[in-house]
Amino acid sequence: MALRGDWVYENNGGTCVAIAGLDYCVVAADTRLSVGYSIHTRDYSKICKLADKCVLASSGFQGDMKALQKNLAAKHLIYQHQHNKQMSCPAMARLLSNTLYYKRFFPYYTFNILGGLDSEGKGCVYTYDAVGSYERVGYSCQGTGGALIMPVLDNQLKSPSPLLLPTRDAVTPLSESEAVDLVKDVFASATERDIYTGDKLEIIVVNAAGIRQEFLDLRKD
Amino acid sequence: MEWAKDNIRANAIAPGLILTPLAKTVSDFHRWNPYVTGTSVLGLKYKDGIILAADMGGSYGSTLRYKSVERLKPIGKHTILGASGEISDFQEILRYLDELIIYDLMWDDGNSLGPKEVHSYLNRVMYNRRNKFNPLWNSLVVGGVKNGQKYLGMVGMIGTHYEDNHVATGFGNHLARPIMRAEWHEDMSFEDAVKLLEKCLLVLLYRDRSAINKFQIAKITKDGVTISEPYALKTFWGFSAFQNPSKGAEGSW
Amino acid sequence: MFRNQYDTDVTTWSPAGRLFQVEYAMEAVKQGSAAIGLRSATHVVLATVNKATSELSSHQKKIFKVDDHIGVAIAGLTADGRVLSRYLRNECINHSFVYESPLPVARLVVQLADKAQVCTQRSWKRPYGVGLLVAGLDENGAHLYYNCPSGNYFEYQAFAIGSRSQAAKTYLERRFDNFEKYSREELIKDGIFAVKETLQGEKLTNSICTVAIVGVGEPFHIIDPQTVQQVIESFDIGEEAPAAVEEGGPAPEAEAAPMDI
Repeated sequence: MALRGDWVYENNGGTCVAIAGLDYCVVAADTRLSVGYSIHTRDYSKICKLADKCVLASSGFQGDMKALQKNLAAKHLIYQHQHNKQMSCPAMARLLSNTLYYKRFFPYYTFNILGGLDSEGKGCVYTYDAVGSYERVGYSCQGTGGALIMPVLDNQLKSPSPLLLPTRDAVTPLSESEAVDLVKDVFASATERDIYTGDKLEIIVVNAAGIRQEFLDLRKD
Repeated sequence: MEWAKDNIRANAIAPGLILTPLAKTVSDFHRWNPYVTGTSVLGLKYKDGIILAADMGGSYGSTLRYKSVERLKPIGKHTILGASGEISDFQEILRYLDELIIYDLMWDDGNSLGPKEVHSYLNRVMYNRRNKFNPLWNSLVVGGVKNGQKYLGMVGMIGTHYEDNHVATGFGNHLARPIMRAEWHEDMSFEDAVKLLEKCLLVLLYRDRSAINKFQIAKITKDGVTISEPYALKTFWGFSAFQNPSKGAEGSW
Repeated sequence: MFRNQYDTDVTTWSPAGRLFQVEYAMEAVKQGSAAIGLRSATHVVLATVNKATSELSSHQKKIFKVDDHIGVAIAGLTADGRVLSRYLRNECINHSFVYESPLPVARLVVQLADKAQVCTQRSWKRPYGVGLLVAGLDENGAHLYYNCPSGNYFEYQAFAIGSRSQAAKTYLERRFDNFEKYSREELIKDGIFAVKETLQGEKLTNSICTVAIVGVGEPFHIIDPQTVQQVIESFDIGEEAPAAVEEGGPAPEAEAAPMDI
């Protein structure tokens, strides 16, 4: 496409983190929406509840983010009409992958993490690139602060090497409240150095009891 | 180079217009560049509703070509819309919205589109046009009141959109938003809100070369829309920083 | 011996100004098992009679959720009902995709009616053989509509369609004055009572009737069978058939032109 210009995309920044535990999943993202050195709003939720036990956190270009969320929400509605049940997290994960790949040659400029509980009630995290390749992991982070946070998670969560055979479960050994505290710390740290991360942190905890939401103020500078 | 020859024709239409491999024809040029543009629009929520403010300038590149461009418009009963960017595209958007509102009215069933619906619709329009690589070159501010709910949102050229208590497009986001963040509060009176907006407009007038001293303010409450007659603000150019801008930075420039 | 000459296709008028094919489609509605709807200021209840076609089969689904704020109950050709339900669902999804707000019930109903109307004016089409009770909630409150194969639609406080619906209508006509201020429980109760009227002595259980509700703070959903059974038992609706004699009240249909219903 000769006419493609870089103007069709914009990076509105933001960071997403998700941690899966044995019986919970924590998904978090900051609420800053910016472009370049300019902040659009300090209170934009990047997390979208897609099903009872499935939430999506995205960063990247906000226009694509919202289009993607609406697209998935509509598909999930149709799924519910047809199957009379909520979509499972692994099913949603595949749907998201296909939805992203469908636009392989004019991608959604979004970086996604899908978190929730699988059909056994175990925490699950799926991490994506913009064109749909994905992997189930125990924890992940994406977005402008991703590179700052990932090594901290690697260090703290000590996930078993994926090279080990037979494969071992990737869920983290932390308790739910420990995971929430860790998320708060990594965001406070990322906010110090990443200008695109800040203002407020939205944390979603998915467990057997349902979905819980909490907020934490971050630096606004 | 076929397109290079067109430069002569293009130059007759828009002085200084340069055709490139990306914009091979005059219509391509229009696709990638705005012609006549309006500068910032400001908007904020106040106690009884929403107010928007914008100047009436239409710039042709760096020429102030038009001076009575209305950039604030009512959309149906519950919404006002302000636009910066390409004026012709804005007027095209107004035609879309006219059709939308008339169609909505024709149902004649007591239901009507509110600001939230208009905002969402405009986002779809802007986003779809960018997906077709043929964007509407505007930033839009949507405000309104319906069922006692105040609504204020923004849509950008490629479909970036959000809601906030105060918004500003273009230069306004750099120069006016910080002032609004410092001084805005939830239950502002109309007078205070106008005062705040005028302070912002004045800053923009001083620092944004496309801004002109001829403004309109639009207000929407549960009782409906009022758009003010054009008016000017009292300016003061005697600030020492204006007289000698490089004072205190000797030798730098 | 004297075959009707004017009913071979939908677009042929009879000299009396009737479209027989359309009327036949409306007959299909009367043959389906009954569907009942009634509404208060804040809630709408739909109730249907479930009839299995054979001892060996289960019954077909007669109530469909369209969106959180809209649901339908059907009587007539279930297959047509499903197709129309899918259309309604699509319209709702498209509207909320573009406007991020629920589609007003009145508009959905008009779109549905227009779709049905087209089939009454095309030689190569067949009218839908299904009547739909559309229950919904929007900014203007709760609504109950009836959509007819003819493309007509009507708004009601309470209505019943399908086989032996006249008994239910009579029941509802006696009581609808108070419906506006009913609580949801009272609506459900009267919905079930109205179902009972159509059964003509048959024992009412939760397996023979489905009840659904939509209202303020309550998205459209089918009420679970145990709750329905509890209501049936608590009001002793199950067994006795009280004064089910009443043989079709004044039968107003006789006068009205068939297309009006």
